[in-house]
Amino acid sequence: MTQEKEALLEIRDLSVSFRRYGRGLGQTELNVISDLHLTVFPGEVVAIAGSSGSGKSLLAAAVLGILPGNAAVRGHMRYRGRELSAERQRELRGTEIALVPQSVAFLDPLMKVGRQADGHRKPYPTGKRRALFRRLGLPEETERLYPFQLSGGMARRVLVSTALLAGAALIIADEPTPGMSLEQALEALSMFREMANEGKSVLLITHDIDLALAFADRVAVFYAGTTVETAPAADFRRGPEALRHPYSRALWRALPQNGFQPAGGFQPYAGNLPKGCPFAPRCPLRTAECEEKMPPVTRVRGGEVRCRHAT
Amino acid sequence: MPLEARNVFFRYHRKSPWVLENRSLTVGRGERLALLAPSGYGKTTLALLLAGYLQPARGEILWDGKPLPAKGVCPVQLIWQHPEKAVNPRWRLRKVLEESGRLTEDRLASFGIERAWLDRFPRELSGGELQRFCVARALLSGAEYLICDEISAMLDAITQAQLWNVVLEEAEKREMGLLVVTHNRRLAERIASRVVDLSEEPAQ
Repeated sequence: MTQEKEALLEIRDLSVSFRRYGRGLGQTELNVISDLHLTVFPGEVVAIAGSSGSGKSLLAAAVLGILPGNAAVRGHMRYRGRELSAERQRELRGTEIALVPQSVAFLDPLMKVGRQADGHRKPYPTGKRRALFRRLGLPEETERLYPFQLSGGMARRVLVSTALLAGAALIIADEPTPGMSLEQALEALSMFREMANEGKSVLLITHDIDLALAFADRVAVFYAGTTVETAPAADFRRGPEALRHPYSRALWRALPQNGFQPAGGFQPYAGNLPKGCPFAPRCPLRTAECEEKMPPVTRVRGGEVRCRHAT
Repeated sequence: MPLEARNVFFRYHRKSPWVLENRSLTVGRGERLALLAPSGYGKTTLALLLAGYLQPARGEILWDGKPLPAKGVCPVQLIWQHPEKAVNPRWRLRKVLEESGRLTEDRLASFGIERAWLDRFPRELSGGELQRFCVARALLSGAEYLICDEISAMLDAITQAQLWNVVLEEAEKREMGLLVVTHNRRLAERIASRVVDLSEEPAQ
């Protein structure tokens, strides 16, 4: 870890909400991300793990400035120490910050994938792209196929190659591995790891915790639109005693190899969040105070946690 | 009453290569079989054949030694990978469930479904919640075999464990046969009584 270095991306108190029409012309605000903190240093792979619907993909869209029009963003995002304005986001995305989108529907259905991966760069980086395709195990003829002719795993690998081709300083990979075989997923992630070893950074959004742990330096655990814990990946490998937040521990215990014990209850909906800590209704450690007020972020044993009872 | 694929051949087009070539597989009642393989080995195709959604070009799919019934509720039910594509988006979830059988309060609880969800539309639920409805729908039909094609691949670990606990409990209670298609070896080892890796087992 490189705590002393300047952060590449720093997110503080980020909130994202959507304006929705309720009855008639009445509008309501739906909070999907609230008070989120996250820092990414150069040369680091940060994994974002957490439940589906906890706002992981929205965070990626917020950083890139590609949220839909009815979204409102509050808080601070800094990139290389400077505020990330809408204008700057437009400038940086695709060159400095690249996205591996979650959905394979992001590929242009009417364009052969080889040309598509080359993008608007002139001259076309054909040689480099072919080398990437080869490394990702895509056969030679893939470049002449249209997206509908690819299997899910192949389409994902094409998406990964588009981001790697950009030569960006920060790659945000949103669930890059589903549909890939284990070997292919390991290869794709080791390419991210190599990038990080060269001083670039990767934000890896995933719920495949096993894979994330094998490659990440730190893991940020998301729950109901905020980070509940940021911990060195080593703590996850050590087990629940090394973790700080009760949700992270529950996540660990639910893994097939660690007991397969699900925590009871459900993640609360955006728009129906409890007043206090979002995990309080399911938490074994909750007290009256937890139900009243959102706990602040505190540093515990080299990690950050949002829980009053963290030890 | 075993479910059996016997020397099955399948390809999606007359000119394309075989996806499945002389493949055989048997699942017994009460058995939990996990099917592992890299993408492109025809896991999903085999699942579709066994559930009667596709017909093999050669070979047979047998349930209790006979072909699958052409009419009525199929005794082999498939749970799809993407629940949002497997339910009618314009039906409330109560209607989705009632299509396959009568609802009772205690059954809902055992499926991990909250009452309030019944009056929602599919897009108003998360993937994990919707997948529970797909599981419930398959179970309510009285199926003997469940084919689960990557049903928890998009879920976080806690939701995955919740879903599988429902499936395993019901399967055991009714002595159902399970065919679990997954790429997660650890999950396969956790839930299955037998693991078959298509890439290690060449066609006969």
